[in-house]
Amino acid sequence: MFDSQKVRADFPFLKKKTSKGKTLAYLDNAATTQKPSQVLNAIQEYYEEKNANPHRGIYELSEKSTEEYESARAAAAGFIGAESGEIIFVKNATEGMNLIANSLASAFLKPGDRVLISVMEHHANIVPWLLLKQRMGIEIDYIELARNGTLEENWEKRITPKTKIVSVTHASNVLGTINDVRDICATAKEKGCYTIIDGAQAVPHLQADVGKIGCDFYAFSGHKMLAPMGIGVAYGRGELLKKMPPFLGGGDMIRRVERQGAEWNDVPWKFEAGTPNVEGAVGLKAAIEYLQKLGLDSIKKHEEKLTRTTLDALNECEHVRILGPVNEKGKVGVVAFTHDKIHPHDLASVMNEHSVAMRSGHHCAMPLHQTLGMAASSRVSFYVYNTAEEIERFEEALEDAERIFRVK
Amino acid sequence: MYSEAVLRYYELPPNKSKIPGADKHAHADNPLCGDEIAVYLKIKGGKIVKASFEGQGCAISQAAASMLLESIEGKKLEDVLKTGEKDVLKLLGGAITPARLKCAFLGLEALKKTVAEG
Repeated sequence: MFDSQKVRADFPFLKKKTSKGKTLAYLDNAATTQKPSQVLNAIQEYYEEKNANPHRGIYELSEKSTEEYESARAAAAGFIGAESGEIIFVKNATEGMNLIANSLASAFLKPGDRVLISVMEHHANIVPWLLLKQRMGIEIDYIELARNGTLEENWEKRITPKTKIVSVTHASNVLGTINDVRDICATAKEKGCYTIIDGAQAVPHLQADVGKIGCDFYAFSGHKMLAPMGIGVAYGRGELLKKMPPFLGGGDMIRRVERQGAEWNDVPWKFEAGTPNVEGAVGLKAAIEYLQKLGLDSIKKHEEKLTRTTLDALNECEHVRILGPVNEKGKVGVVAFTHDKIHPHDLASVMNEHSVAMRSGHHCAMPLHQTLGMAASSRVSFYVYNTAEEIERFEEALEDAERIFRVK
Repeated sequence: MYSEAVLRYYELPPNKSKIPGADKHAHADNPLCGDEIAVYLKIKGGKIVKASFEGQGCAISQAAASMLLESIEGKKLEDVLKTGEKDVLKLLGGAITPARLKCAFLGLEALKKTVAEG
């Protein structure tokens, strides 16, 4: 187990005081994370010493930039158990999901084919399919929830002969539920479906290995795991990527362009059009190294402890309904809840007065909230630098909100 | 933000009801947080004689709607159209943080819609 106080020393942001003169209890890590000096310095160093357009120049500097970029690809591959050639750099998990959905649909789907997703998906794994539904007439089916906030048992009954793709989240950004993606991929594959896993909420918090999961595609964001915004990864099985068309066109993704035609570059560059986000890739590599040093297993344990403390605190409050699993082992460090007397926005405003950053709203999962019969919820989510003391501050703020709204 | 007045209007809004046979009626919502306001106006000789609302949502959206509708009773329709965001903030008293302005102005949006197209 690592020492979160020692970890905090690496994060300049956490030393800042809020307008209320306190340090911020930042409990919105499912949205984005703060950055350690190691990541910030790596980016600074890249621009001071190695900045040039990669894959372009013959001069030494461009080679250095290419080396930085490609070594980040290798680091990302190693982090999720993939080959470098299977890692496509994208803006974020959302762009990754869009790339995978569109390219896969162009290659293998026809009107009337069906895609199976779940009701706990983030909009990033719903809207790309809705767009394809409008554009090419595919149909979307949903795996429903069991009462405890996991996916329903016997979900495979939702696979029809027309189902070509099963695409689900590794971990829910609201319920925190960690899905048994290994079993889902094995079952889906047996039925001849392509499998896509949205790993945005899993990769930062647990050991994710695409080989062990057995998925065809996987996507995640850098900014939710200490790296900068604007860098993410779409993983695809090499043999599939070779059969799929490019997503965006432009520089770098071609071998040759003529007036009326073009020949694509090799995988993965075929999927990376235009000057890439090298600083983002450099930052991602530094973040991966930082997380590996802490150890993903230790991170998971640390978050489990914070999650347990939070669940216990919320259980004390008779007006609170916790959404999703109440066992910390089965979820990532995300706890969403509603209060039957205080609206999530009001609760978040009172939290803000206490310098506690807590999320309120639908968390980009509107169909999930509709299924749960609510428009919005409150959510706290943890990462490596969070402490038990911050959860105490969250509890105090909750009590204060109950006092303000005369619940007690 | 949560003054005694805001909390009082939130808990016991004096004008939260439907007006049967209202002359004008319209509805606005914010799907981001599920807040909803439906406004009802009774009008006589170009003047608002009764204004009420139905709705659900956070304290700010509900209190602001209630306060706003109370403040326009007796006013001419054309004057109500001149009511703006500043007036709502004045009614609410304290400072509203930027993220909550949408909540504060939902009632105003519903009112303007009611006068214009209801």
